[in-house]
Amino acid sequence: MIDERRLDEIRRQAEARGMYAPQSSYYGLPLVKEPVWTWEIPAYFFVGGMAGAAAVVGEAARLSGADSDLVRDARWIAAAGATLSAPLLIADLGRPERFLNMLRVFKVQSPMSVGAWTLTAFSTFSAAALFAQEIGKRTDLPVRIVGDAAAILSAATGLVMSTYTGVLVGATSIPAWSKHASMLPLHFGASALASAVSFLELLGHDEEALNALGFAAAAWETWVGASIELRGGTESRPLRNGATGITTRIGGFFSGPVPLLLRIAGFRSRRFRTAAAASSLLGSLITRFAWVEAGRSSARNSGRGDGERPRETIGERAP
Amino acid sequence: MQCGEGVTPRTTGFLTDSTLCIGCKACEVACKEWNEIPQDGYLWSGLSYDNTLALGHSTWRHVKFVERATEIGRGGSDPAHLTWEFSSDVCKHCENAGCLEACPTGSIIRTEFGGVYVQPDVCNGCGYCVVTCPFGVIDRRPDDGRAFKCTFCYDRQKAGLEPACAKACPTGSILFGDLEEMQRAADRRIAQLHGAGMRDATLYNPADSSVGGIHAFFLVRGDPRAYNLPPKPDVPAALLKSSWTAAAIGAAALALGSIVAFAVGRRRA
Repeated sequence: MIDERRLDEIRRQAEARGMYAPQSSYYGLPLVKEPVWTWEIPAYFFVGGMAGAAAVVGEAARLSGADSDLVRDARWIAAAGATLSAPLLIADLGRPERFLNMLRVFKVQSPMSVGAWTLTAFSTFSAAALFAQEIGKRTDLPVRIVGDAAAILSAATGLVMSTYTGVLVGATSIPAWSKHASMLPLHFGASALASAVSFLELLGHDEEALNALGFAAAAWETWVGASIELRGGTESRPLRNGATGITTRIGGFFSGPVPLLLRIAGFRSRRFRTAAAASSLLGSLITRFAWVEAGRSSARNSGRGDGERPRETIGERAP
Repeated sequence: MQCGEGVTPRTTGFLTDSTLCIGCKACEVACKEWNEIPQDGYLWSGLSYDNTLALGHSTWRHVKFVERATEIGRGGSDPAHLTWEFSSDVCKHCENAGCLEACPTGSIIRTEFGGVYVQPDVCNGCGYCVVTCPFGVIDRRPDDGRAFKCTFCYDRQKAGLEPACAKACPTGSILFGDLEEMQRAADRRIAQLHGAGMRDATLYNPADSSVGGIHAFFLVRGDPRAYNLPPKPDVPAALLKSSWTAAAIGAAALALGSIVAFAVGRRRA
């Protein structure tokens, strides 16, 4: 005769190991596929965003008549970031030799297509702006007007560069990303601004405007962090729980509350401004990686029914 | 490639009937053979008879084994306590296809048969279709670098043949034909099953979602989630409007904020 308690034990084990498919899921197996993107993509989100925002900040500085060193360095960051972006994106392709196929068509409905064209335009304009500026310093050629026109176009495309990656990630089927489709462009935009002004500060530019912009970005990032913590249903779980939750929180900590407080003190002391800049840069970088990792975790758990535990391994692979 | 002689372009569809499937996996094998798809390796999942687990870059037909007990551990041969359904999964060939919308190279196209097809000579492996498919169908093959999924046997259809899986199915569980005829066949079959007392037989075709309907219907029993079919799938393109609006607001704030910050900063300095 079978002992009822032993039977209950077997049932519990079967449930714990996910050997039984409840009505609300298929053995808890994922519903959507994990992103195949490697480290180059979040690295590009950081570098490309910073470059785009630097072009914007540089143009705003020039229009206000700010010192030419700041404008020059902003153009350098924009051009260097753009130049670094293309190889990062190409390296992540499954067929890097076919990278030019990105410019085979233009599709408004594909954020990836819009991004590829935007990066192409931004790279051209930011390089032209920098080139004209460096030529103008060394020769008497009248290239200044060309450089300024290119810089304005670089700033205009830079605005897209710093925000579109949020749309790229948001408009997907990954639950943790799509849940935040309307928040991500603003989040990544603020992160891009914070990293651009911070980089300029670390290069030695000590402007009140930079600190003010860094403060605004940090305030926005603090709000984003709080909203992730306080709102959001099961889709936001990878942003709070587990290893991806820790990474997201570290990224949020260094781009939100830490620079926010440091910059308040920074209105008086340069040391605090420098510390805030370093924190923002680090936070901004970690944040992009955290979002991509959270997306992976979200996809892995996308087929779990209500209250179902995550599956660690499935079966065994025969040699 | 031109259509074969006597073949006219038409909108075709699959009807996969789980109540007729016997779980023989002939469709998986026929698909692999016809399309020359690499092997997946030997994995013993321990989840019923399903050792394939999901559709992917090298699995374009996948038989699911939905083993459901009313109570954990209860079963045996008593149908009141255990049901065991088989269902052959495939790319849904969505009306509003997430992968097709997202593809930046134009590699993914809509064929003259209404299917969604990846042109392997164009795909550069960006991986964006992988995260925009609401059904987790398409994936990038690591050793090849390109994305792959069911082609709806585009080559066979061009020659006037039915897809390999439908051809191989021994029980008529996989039907292939004109999309409208498939819809009518599904309605007839459901009426028949309901008449025979199988009241939980339903057709899975999320036509009222943003996906806007699919070209591969599934006749399932009970909750479609038990077959890993989302009741309300969403095409990511539906999020574009709100997301781009947010980007525009962010860009405006970035531009204005920078200009104001420097203008004020100058005046004070």
